[in-house]
Amino acid sequence: MNWRAVYAIYLFEMSRTGRTVMQSILSPVISTCLYFVVFGAAIGSRITEIEGVPYGAFIVPGLIMMMLLTQSVMNASFGIYFPRFIGTIYELLSAPLSFFEIALGYVGAAASKSIILGLIILLTANLFVPLRIAHPGWMVAFLVLTAVSFSLLGFIIGIWADGFEKLQVIPLLIITPLTFLGGSFYSVNVLPPVWQTVSLFNPVVYLISGFRWSFFEIADVSVGVSLAMTTLFLAVCLVIVWWIFKTGYRLKT
Amino acid sequence: MITGSPAFAGDDEWEYVYNNFMQPIITVSQLSKTYASGLEALKNVDLTIRRGEIFALLGPNGAGKTTLINIICGIVKKSSGSVTVDGHDIVKDYRAARSLIGLVPQELAVSAFDKVWATVSFSRGLFGKPADSDFIAKVLKDLTLYDRKDSQVMTLSGGMKRRVMIAKALAHEPQILFLDEPTAGVDVELRKDMWQTVRELRAAGVTIILTTHYIEEAEEMADRIGIINKGELILVEEKAELVRKLGKKQLVLQLNGKLAAVPPQLSAHRLTLGPQGDELIYHYDTRGERTGITALLNDVRESGIRFRDLQTTQSSLEDIFVDLVSERK
Repeated sequence: MNWRAVYAIYLFEMSRTGRTVMQSILSPVISTCLYFVVFGAAIGSRITEIEGVPYGAFIVPGLIMMMLLTQSVMNASFGIYFPRFIGTIYELLSAPLSFFEIALGYVGAAASKSIILGLIILLTANLFVPLRIAHPGWMVAFLVLTAVSFSLLGFIIGIWADGFEKLQVIPLLIITPLTFLGGSFYSVNVLPPVWQTVSLFNPVVYLISGFRWSFFEIADVSVGVSLAMTTLFLAVCLVIVWWIFKTGYRLKT
Repeated sequence: MITGSPAFAGDDEWEYVYNNFMQPIITVSQLSKTYASGLEALKNVDLTIRRGEIFALLGPNGAGKTTLINIICGIVKKSSGSVTVDGHDIVKDYRAARSLIGLVPQELAVSAFDKVWATVSFSRGLFGKPADSDFIAKVLKDLTLYDRKDSQVMTLSGGMKRRVMIAKALAHEPQILFLDEPTAGVDVELRKDMWQTVRELRAAGVTIILTTHYIEEAEEMADRIGIINKGELILVEEKAELVRKLGKKQLVLQLNGKLAAVPPQLSAHRLTLGPQGDELIYHYDTRGERTGITALLNDVRESGIRFRDLQTTQSSLEDIFVDLVSERK
């Protein structure tokens, strides 16, 4: 295992965040604040509470999850796509590195950035609404699992994409809608029965539900199912990444 | 890496030379590559690169030079055949093989936003080497980049960016350096600087494989030359031997007067008349024991033709290259 190389990739990617603080950190934090203003203050004033939790606090796990998913995918996909786009990928391919080590460096950095961002949003949210975390351990577990899974997904997108448009398509047209419809701002239980059933096909429902449970001990689906679905998603991503490594898909001609 | 100068002592001399300069460091056997498009980029290539030499791979665009390099370096998958680097198979033992190699690709591919020091240090890290600021500083100083170590790559000139790429390739102290068209698009002064850098690297024991379509570059630098065309390695030869073997010389006699045709008395010499009619041109082969020059000059004198000057010219590597490649078309 070439740990020094993994560390080099990790540091390189993390330093990119330092160069783009406005885009990487400030922008998501400001967006989250705006969501609080709109949903927490404006709309939240008309919805007092959901299942015993004040609405402002109720949306916090959903907001964190939304940012976590989007940023994990964006960071990881851009991280691996950029060297492909400018041609510096040759350096990774000609180094004594396994694909696993390359993925570990990029996915590790993307997940770290997302987790840091998630924690920053959590602290920011705490300024707007009083928060309690019933199961901090599970909260961290869901945070890490989700960040890693979606960073893996981003890594796959970054390898699949052959243009900046494709790089944006999945985050914008699939992940964002799934997040909005996954219970970020509401409980799935308030939907009509048909839409409740439809929602169960949305994987993000399980992520948000499990994460929200770690805060308030309320969930749309049982926490065991949430954990199983998150792990399943992680496993599917790992299998796809393994296949990419095995075949050299889009990396080696 | 080989360092220091040899201390030849009797029977040890041959052993030293063999161990350090004659042993193969890269062995390519029956290497073929067919891309998904059906393009046969390499056809059963056999090639041995000797430790410590400068090997120039010549060939027209699309001949397969870059494909060959990219396969050895792990960027492109081979279709069949095998490659070993210092005895390590490039697929089964890729870590050991790749750790010996530094690559400077043809395209200027370096992240514009990074600082020079950071990007060179990153390259060293990728090869699993511990951070060594003294070594990085030395590489940058050798390439006259040290003063710009804190500059973003985007602020450098094209020539400097190319030097940054060389610095990145050298950052992990490779034993083998691939330079794919290293001086493409750089000015004459920088080209000469690069040649000097390459010579210094070779003096330090680095084996260098360069591809180029500047024939003069190969002529200036290489110990051996390989010519590749349409995926086939046409020949591999010592540079001097190649010129000697394939080199043609011509003798030009500049006449005092003009001739309408080559006189019949000289027909045995297969002469050609220059376009103005005032030159007789004689082609001969340097490989032959007899060049026929003495007999020609005797016959010229006996036929009463007077000349005011004569000159000989030898085929350049470029002439040889063009001849070989055009023969295969």
